[in-house]
Amino acid sequence: MNQNPAIGHNTVPKMTARDVNVFYGQKQAIKNVSIDVSAEHVTAFIGPSGCGKSTFLRCLNRMNDTVDGARVEGRIELDGQDVYASGMDVVQLRARVGMVFQKPNPFPKSIYENVAYGPRLHGLARSKTDMDEIVESALKRAGLWDEAKDRLNESGTAMSGGQQQRLCIARAIAVDPEVILMDEPCSALDPIATARIEELIDELRGRYAIVIVTHNMQQAARVSQKTAFFHLGTLVEYDDTSAIFTNPKATRTKDYITGRYG
Amino acid sequence: MRLLIAFALVLGLAGLAYLAGRARGNRMVTVAGGRMGAVHSRPVYHGAYVAVLALAPALLVLAGWGIVGEGLIEGQVLGSLSAAERPAPGNDSEALLNEVRGLVNGDLPQAFNPLAPRLAPVYAAARSNGDLLASALAVALLAMGGLWGWSRLRPDFRARNRVETQVRALLLVSSVVAILTTFGIVLSLIFESIRFFQLVSPVEFLTGLQWSPQTAIRADQVGSTGAFGAVPLFWGTIFIGAIIAMAVAIPLGLMSAIYLTQYADPRVRKWLKPILELLAGVPTVVYGFFAALTIAPLVRSFAVALGMTNASSDSALAAGLVMGVMIIPFVSSMADDSLAAVPRAMRDGSLAMGATPSETVKKVLVPAALPGIMGGVLLAVSRAIGETMIVVMAAGLAANLTANPFSSVTTVTTQIVALLTGDQEFDSAKTLSAFALGLVLFVMTLVLNIYALAVVKRYREAYE
Repeated sequence: MNQNPAIGHNTVPKMTARDVNVFYGQKQAIKNVSIDVSAEHVTAFIGPSGCGKSTFLRCLNRMNDTVDGARVEGRIELDGQDVYASGMDVVQLRARVGMVFQKPNPFPKSIYENVAYGPRLHGLARSKTDMDEIVESALKRAGLWDEAKDRLNESGTAMSGGQQQRLCIARAIAVDPEVILMDEPCSALDPIATARIEELIDELRGRYAIVIVTHNMQQAARVSQKTAFFHLGTLVEYDDTSAIFTNPKATRTKDYITGRYG
Repeated sequence: MRLLIAFALVLGLAGLAYLAGRARGNRMVTVAGGRMGAVHSRPVYHGAYVAVLALAPALLVLAGWGIVGEGLIEGQVLGSLSAAERPAPGNDSEALLNEVRGLVNGDLPQAFNPLAPRLAPVYAAARSNGDLLASALAVALLAMGGLWGWSRLRPDFRARNRVETQVRALLLVSSVVAILTTFGIVLSLIFESIRFFQLVSPVEFLTGLQWSPQTAIRADQVGSTGAFGAVPLFWGTIFIGAIIAMAVAIPLGLMSAIYLTQYADPRVRKWLKPILELLAGVPTVVYGFFAALTIAPLVRSFAVALGMTNASSDSALAAGLVMGVMIIPFVSSMADDSLAAVPRAMRDGSLAMGATPSETVKKVLVPAALPGIMGGVLLAVSRAIGETMIVVMAAGLAANLTANPFSSVTTVTTQIVALLTGDQEFDSAKTLSAFALGLVLFVMTLVLNIYALAVVKRYREAYE
């Protein structure tokens, strides 16, 4: 299995994907992708628009289930458990594999209720005090506590875009997931807010396995230790970030990195 | 008859004006050698411009005469009588004039009022002179307008832009018609209501608990108390329209909207949604049959089974249930729209947190769509309280102030129908009370509608 050069090999994998194919109706969006995601690292998926990197990301917590006509083949495992097995509870899976979206999508509720949403769903807090602690620690880990502590009852949608995105990260980590998937989390943000999110990703590294999809190569270089380059639905190259950016093996990767296309 | 001929003539002449304008435009194009841009507007616009200038004033004159003409003629006819012979204004004059008209049109072989045969020729003359004058004026204006427009046509005349202005004026007039009609309705309601409130005090009307509009004509008449306390009617309206019907429509409408937007397969949705909306197109009288013939007996048997041996076959419950079904589409289509308008990212965010679809609906989608859903509910309420036929057929006419859904109650609209059916004297409080009821109903639904639209609008802005 490890003859496949695309599979990472340095550490124990948190999630593994083998020969994954994704179809939207008749159209094949992902072709034979195999990859290992490590628990200690930030893994970046890069590639030009439409290359399938977001589609593949959404397979990891079965968010493609919510898309009409989407079909996933192959095997994806979380800690050795088959994610697509019939016995897998998708609700449990998503509690373990959290997600942050491209556009900040806080619920039209208070800041507190946004963060408390997941813990309430999964019954993580037995009392109000428990919940207060969970909310506070999630906001602290998301670097939002100082800005939010005096306005916990204000609507989450009233915050700035960068704050909203950090609120969404706080919401995701409030249920203490094992993996956090981030789908171009900074594409709707200005450079300063982007820098804050990137710092935050670095702080969260090690505690959660993080997979980030980005179309911004500098961002991938800054925040990730592993980088996977996708093109036309295939995984072209997967290696240490430094190797991908300084010494890409595939020509297609090299052309993309050097700005030949994309 | 003569006016109809004049009308046809005016239309025909306007058609000629169009042809003339277009012909002149064509000639200008020919003279210019068909070079593009030499003539600003295409010939059809020249024609349309001339035709509108010819037609508009002529139609105004004819319409104006149609509206005020009869009044002017009547004044002239009555004016021909000496002061002593002249009947009192109001009913007597009207009766006389009706006979005169009958004689002139030949519908009436013999008049009762001896004055009528004398006035008939006066009326006929006034009518024919007036019609002739109006028609002549219309044709003259048509000729003037048409000729003036025709004389302005030049190669560089911007007929196309002028026609655009004319079109805009036409559209404006069309939209103003509906608004003016509404004002007219309100005014007529207000005037008749004022007459009613001169007979019955507004305080008694709005707070009285006894509704029994039969007024005694003779002193010894029984059963004619003439009580105009409308509270039982307001209560009946709210009980059926806002309580029972909503208890049916809100849950069913909301849940069907949730099913259609969140759960249904697109193919199922494609079929179910139009069928559901078809409910809104069923004539209410058909719902009325259904309520009276099918649901009311069932409700009655149910009441008897519960131990109410004197249960009436007319019941608030039967009417309210069927009305609730009738307004399901109002609730569900608004709820459907607002649920569908909640950004998909919101739903994905919740699902990605590990929420089940129903948790997502309950905790995120419905709260986010709530203003839109509320707007739909309020519109449905205003529709329900204005509904008449179902209540007439299934809830009865007894003005009971009761919270028992098995008893017969009545609503504002039903009473209006009852008050205005058959021969009515328009000077009795009984008849006039219908207008006061109408006014109250109008104000109620207006307030509900304005409020509902404001709610919906605020919600639309929230996601822009």
